Amino acid sequence: MTKLPNRKNLLLELYKKAFLIRIAEKSIVTHYDTNQMKTPMHMSMGEEAIVAGVCTALGKNSKTFGTYRSHGLYLAVTEETDKFFAEMYGKVTGVLKGKGGSMHLLSPDDGLLGISAVVGSTLPLAVGAAFANVYLKKKQVTTVFFGDGATDEGVFWESLNIACSKGLPVLFVCEDNGYAVHTPLSVRRGYKSLANIIKQYSCSVFETDSTDAEQIYKLTLQATASISKKHQPAFLQLKYYRYLEHVGVHEDFNAGYRSKKEFIKWQKKDSVKLLRRKLKDIKVKDIDIIQLEDRIKKQVEESIQKAQSAPFPDPSELLKNTFYEQTS
Amino acid sequence: MNKLPKLATKKISYRTAINQALHQEMERDNSIFIYGIDVADHKRIFGSTVGLLEKFGPQRVFSTPLSEEALLGFGLGAAISGLRPINVHIRVDFLLLAINQLVNMVASYHYGSDGKLQVPLVIRAIIGKGWGQSYQHSKSLQSFFAHIPGLKVVMPTTPADAKGLLIAAMRDNNPVVVLEHRMLYDVEGEVPIKPIPTPLGKGQILKTGKDITIVATSYSVVEAVKAAQILEKIGVSVEVVDPRSIFPLDEELIIKSVEKTGHCIIADYDWTFCGFSAEVATRIYEKLSHKLKSEVMRLGSASTHCPCTRPLEDEFYTDAINLIRAVEKKLKLKEMDLSQETFYSYENKFRGPF
Repeated sequence: MTKLPNRKNLLLELYKKAFLIRIAEKSIVTHYDTNQMKTPMHMSMGEEAIVAGVCTALGKNSKTFGTYRSHGLYLAVTEETDKFFAEMYGKVTGVLKGKGGSMHLLSPDDGLLGISAVVGSTLPLAVGAAFANVYLKKKQVTTVFFGDGATDEGVFWESLNIACSKGLPVLFVCEDNGYAVHTPLSVRRGYKSLANIIKQYSCSVFETDSTDAEQIYKLTLQATASISKKHQPAFLQLKYYRYLEHVGVHEDFNAGYRSKKEFIKWQKKDSVKLLRRKLKDIKVKDIDIIQLEDRIKKQVEESIQKAQSAPFPDPSELLKNTFYEQTS
Repeated sequence: MNKLPKLATKKISYRTAINQALHQEMERDNSIFIYGIDVADHKRIFGSTVGLLEKFGPQRVFSTPLSEEALLGFGLGAAISGLRPINVHIRVDFLLLAINQLVNMVASYHYGSDGKLQVPLVIRAIIGKGWGQSYQHSKSLQSFFAHIPGLKVVMPTTPADAKGLLIAAMRDNNPVVVLEHRMLYDVEGEVPIKPIPTPLGKGQILKTGKDITIVATSYSVVEAVKAAQILEKIGVSVEVVDPRSIFPLDEELIIKSVEKTGHCIIADYDWTFCGFSAEVATRIYEKLSHKLKSEVMRLGSASTHCPCTRPLEDEFYTDAINLIRAVEKKLKLKEMDLSQETFYSYENKFRGPF
């Protein structure tokens, strides 16, 4: 299997991804209210440890699917920001030439095969992609990210059941922030523990409420190892706290459905700060950390400038790719 | 009319034609697999998947849990990962459970990947009729599917088209919904022995005529041909146009025929409101309004749900009798005596429950 990186390199890799996500989203917050990025933003702020940890563990050789809250996933997988920001601005240089916006990011070349604006919709795609991997004898794990809200959907249980009944190499990653839009678990669930139910399936279950990307990285490696060893899917139940409103770039603690106190509790163990502290603990020099941060900040700033000055797509783009045009 | 070189054919049923298409294409292309509820059980989807499991094994031919939505998404995931799935629904009504995947995901995936991912996915869905199918085993829904950009929709009526259109669907890199009609499964006809695709988007003229055009789909084609045969006895020459492919649509074939006859009845095997018949009528008016000898007439299923009991079911569908009367009205003819004619021969032959 993949050789484990030394700890310093691992922590740097995790921090690089987490910091990139945080800075990219902070820049969105700064610019969003100028009304130039006309796309509904579902912000990743708060979930950086999950995507950084899981994606670093998966490495390059993975197929991945996500949700409409996938800024973090896209940035963790691709680490590119030019196409990312251009898409937010609706420009022709964007991921989908501006046709998708924030909720339709993907990068097939990097194995990120799609995200969807409809809750739970990519779950069965991951199962089918995993089936294709087995069929084509590719030793690859397919990973699908989804929120706890998706586990309310029938398609979640259908997909889990199909993957388990066929013993497919699927890694289910539940990013559990406790709310489906604004409705808490307590009023949505007629059962006590999701993990306990999933343990009844032919599926290995791993759980944590840690915001430590390194720990999530390790847990992911355990999960992928269990997939290869047991020839069955694995389920990661990862708790996090969504810092901003469901959609939009502002806080919503005055809306009444959740409290700022809860947020402050999570913010104390903020994943990006935690990784930075860890780097210092293992004696990575301040200057090295700052250089890394400056490089990322510059990358993001330049991408925003490029996106702002890029042209919108030509009207001739409209009908393109509605159908695949057969050439033979 | 058919300028294609003469192909070696054999008389086989619609069911066998579908089965042959699957055997020949799965033999040719290892990336094709077929799955769905009861695909590999002892009944084999009315016999259409017979022999596939034995020949291609359980990885390529399998029955599934009753999870239509996830299974269509499963097909999409496999299709963008290098396989060519065929998802089977023994009734098109069951495909409605997967509408989120079909409309939100399958139809837009190529578009939503900026053309980087392709979706070579076939959805076979069977339409029921007769023997008390009632209102949840008898929908056709072609207008609904064809309304969604990104989906191709075909409705084979003849055994040759059942084979040819399915082959074309399997070779297409877009999602194709193939709507097969259960009542046609036993119909026999000459079918090319070799796997020859029927191009998607090419209609055909099943009977040439000069007095009036009937554009019909799926089982209504059977009724239209029957009506045309009977009307021939009193010297009325009906041209029957079967578009075969709802989308893409062979508009040219329809326009040419109506231009020639000047009269048109559209007998779509579906409801008329917001339906395919409205689409075809509009296109005829857009192109030919000044050349029409009479207004375009649309016939379809009654604007209600399909009843179980035969006397009411016969009223629900447009049949050959309705078509004959409609033609007479259009051409200002006296009503002919139909008392010696036999109708509903398929329905009367059919024995249920399946």
